[in-house]
Amino acid sequence: MTTQQVRSHTINMDSILSGREQSQHPNETCIKVENLNLFYGEKQALHGVSMEMHKRKVTAYIGPSGCGKSTLLRCINRMNDLVDSARIEGKILLEGENIYDKSVNVAALRRRVGMVFQKPNPFPKSIFENVAYGLRIQGVNDKRILEETVEKALRGAALWDEMKDRLNDNALGMSGGQQQRLVIARAIAIEPEVLLLDEPASALDPISTLKIEELINELKEKYTIVIVTHNMQQAARVSDYTAFMYMGELIEIGTTSELFTNPRKKQTEDYITGRYG
Amino acid sequence: MIKLWFKSGVPWIWLNAAAVTTSLIMVIGVLSLVAGRGVGHFWPAQITQFSYQEDGKPLRTIIGEKVETSVTPALMAKSTGFKMADDEEVLVQYLIKVGNRDVTGADFVWIQERNVKEQNDPDDLMVVERREWGNFYGQLVEVKENGKTLATGSEAWPVLQDKISAALVVFKEIAHLEKKDIGAINYGLERLRLKQRKLELENRLDEEAKQDLAAQKADYDVQYKELQSQLANLYQKVRSTSLVAKTDSGSTLQIPLSKVVRAVRPNTMSVFDKAIHYLVKVVEFLSEDPREANTEGGIFPAIFGTVMMVLMMSVIVTPFGVIAAVYLREYAKQGFITRLIRIAVNNLAGVPSVVYGVFGLGFFVYILGGNIDQLFFPESAPAPVFGTPGLLWASITLALLTLPVVIVSTEEGLARIPSAIREGSLALGATKLETLWLTVLPMASPAMMTGLILAVARAAGEVAPLMLVGVVKLAPTLPLDGNFPFLHLDRKFMHLGFHIYDVGFQSPNVEAARPLVYATALLLVLVIIGLNLAAIVIRNNLREKYRALEG
Repeated sequence: MTTQQVRSHTINMDSILSGREQSQHPNETCIKVENLNLFYGEKQALHGVSMEMHKRKVTAYIGPSGCGKSTLLRCINRMNDLVDSARIEGKILLEGENIYDKSVNVAALRRRVGMVFQKPNPFPKSIFENVAYGLRIQGVNDKRILEETVEKALRGAALWDEMKDRLNDNALGMSGGQQQRLVIARAIAIEPEVLLLDEPASALDPISTLKIEELINELKEKYTIVIVTHNMQQAARVSDYTAFMYMGELIEIGTTSELFTNPRKKQTEDYITGRYG
Repeated sequence: MIKLWFKSGVPWIWLNAAAVTTSLIMVIGVLSLVAGRGVGHFWPAQITQFSYQEDGKPLRTIIGEKVETSVTPALMAKSTGFKMADDEEVLVQYLIKVGNRDVTGADFVWIQERNVKEQNDPDDLMVVERREWGNFYGQLVEVKENGKTLATGSEAWPVLQDKISAALVVFKEIAHLEKKDIGAINYGLERLRLKQRKLELENRLDEEAKQDLAAQKADYDVQYKELQSQLANLYQKVRSTSLVAKTDSGSTLQIPLSKVVRAVRPNTMSVFDKAIHYLVKVVEFLSEDPREANTEGGIFPAIFGTVMMVLMMSVIVTPFGVIAAVYLREYAKQGFITRLIRIAVNNLAGVPSVVYGVFGLGFFVYILGGNIDQLFFPESAPAPVFGTPGLLWASITLALLTLPVVIVSTEEGLARIPSAIREGSLALGATKLETLWLTVLPMASPAMMTGLILAVARAAGEVAPLMLVGVVKLAPTLPLDGNFPFLHLDRKFMHLGFHIYDVGFQSPNVEAARPLVYATALLLVLVIIGLNLAAIVIRNNLREKYRALEG
């Protein structure tokens, strides 16, 4: 059982490595949303959203509060399954596979699509155990593999130098910014394909925010990143593509420079020029 | 002005403080009453010799401990039949513990102060603690062995002490032989009998099996005979020596040393001696079996039974309650039915405990236990094994009684865990079960411990249901011993709470046992505090470890 899981884990790493070669093709589609409708009970929260997100690029969702950008993000790793009243129509294709298909194992999907939340949510365990958590539930208990992966993930989240002597300290003793980078390290430790960031810097001070943004720039070398943000400057700084949502609808999607300099829709222009939102 | 004072909130603070103070005073009051009455019991009291003469009767001597003094106004004394002189304002009476129940028939007498002609505390008065008939008070005359006098007069006392300590050593051996070795043989013989009966019932009792059983039985018989002769020797040893003492009425009494626990002369003891005596008595109280219908000796089996029962209950109730709470909070669809279940659980906590006792007796003991006996122990019929009250059923009944508190507090603990933590775990590809097991349950463990603390506090003090499902006045054996399978869940056990009731109200010698009631009550409180403290320490450690996310 465990050896099998270890093997599948290594296969996963292989596929990531081979995937790096494919990144020569710049605009390969990773996630495709097709006519997605989402209802909370009677209320419809997403109206026929269709879009594509590209491999190893950063796509940012912007829009006023309550426009459905977080809801859309949470659809990509099926976090909305946890809401009893939520009902979903339409498709989301990850590498061509519909993730809402009945045969899909949700836990396995979430291993491929990692997520970082608005507020840092480390587990009340040691720093090491936080990062190793995802591997442990996959049955990896080899100390050597765990140590290697934890180091790699912490380096990946630019935390290793700060934390290498404190790995056994409780994660709750870290600062907010460190906690958020720890949560990112936790997410990349299991080598996902996609990383969803739900306003990752909104609870942080400006310096921590800057660190997170630098981190996003590094992470897009390896991962497809989707980020929800309130902060348009942040979207402009970190993203390659930007989608503007309003009232549960996708108004416009395009390359970031295009959307901010030359929006096609009037609503988008109003928003980015600060007329509402 | 007054209005302003009320507005300032000062009266409210005073009211709060008064409420807290009242509660504190009540707790301290209860504890100090119990402690005061119970703790003093083991301190050796002075023995007084009274020259006592009632109107128109000859002068007599009374030897004993003054236990209580009562003062009655003359008017009231007259109306209850005492003859009072005109110049007497009050009637003062003493309650004297005179012991010597085998001689006089009563342990205690009331005497009137006005009839006491003379009183003093002579050094040569002694108390003999006996295994039967309570204390003896009187003066030592001589020590005899096999009918010959060993020592008399002032030489008798040290000889007596030597002989008593020698006899106690032998007695320890006797107790060991009887309880451990002969107990084990009896247990083995009973198992053999059951094995034979079982084979008979299954029609498998052939010649070979019969021979095998007979050989084992013969083996046991040989062992038994040997032990028996050892035992007879030992008894011979302790029975040969005896002391002769003079009672207050002048008659002499011969007491074999096999009946003597200790003899002391409290009037000659220094404070240091008394302190040692006190410690010895306290240790005996904590570690020995009871004597004389529980009014003397120790209460170790009751302490053991209480702790054992509470531990068993905890082992049963914790997983059961936690699993129920996890289902209710994590898996069940929240709605009308879960609300109904919650109401039912909360109401379960309000059901009088004796009702649980009745349920336990009717369902667990008779139905479940009866069926278990029929299915698994047909060989011991008609004697029940599990079809009779015992430790297992008492623990399960109390587990049922305390289940609501565990469920409620675990549920609250689960509800307090931030959903961000659950989502964080799920987003890493954990299944719901893994999330529960690795993150949620550890974080909720302090709440489970809180539930367990409340459960222990309630269960340890419960008496009424236990009287129906397993507690007895005197259990011949502990539920845990050296005979396979070591833990005997079917056995009846003793319990501190029931012991208090039994000693205080059911014993033939209530007056003598009263201090023991307080001492036992104090111990019960201490045991519960101890169990709770242990649980609280564990909980605080868990809390420190799983400090939940704030803000």
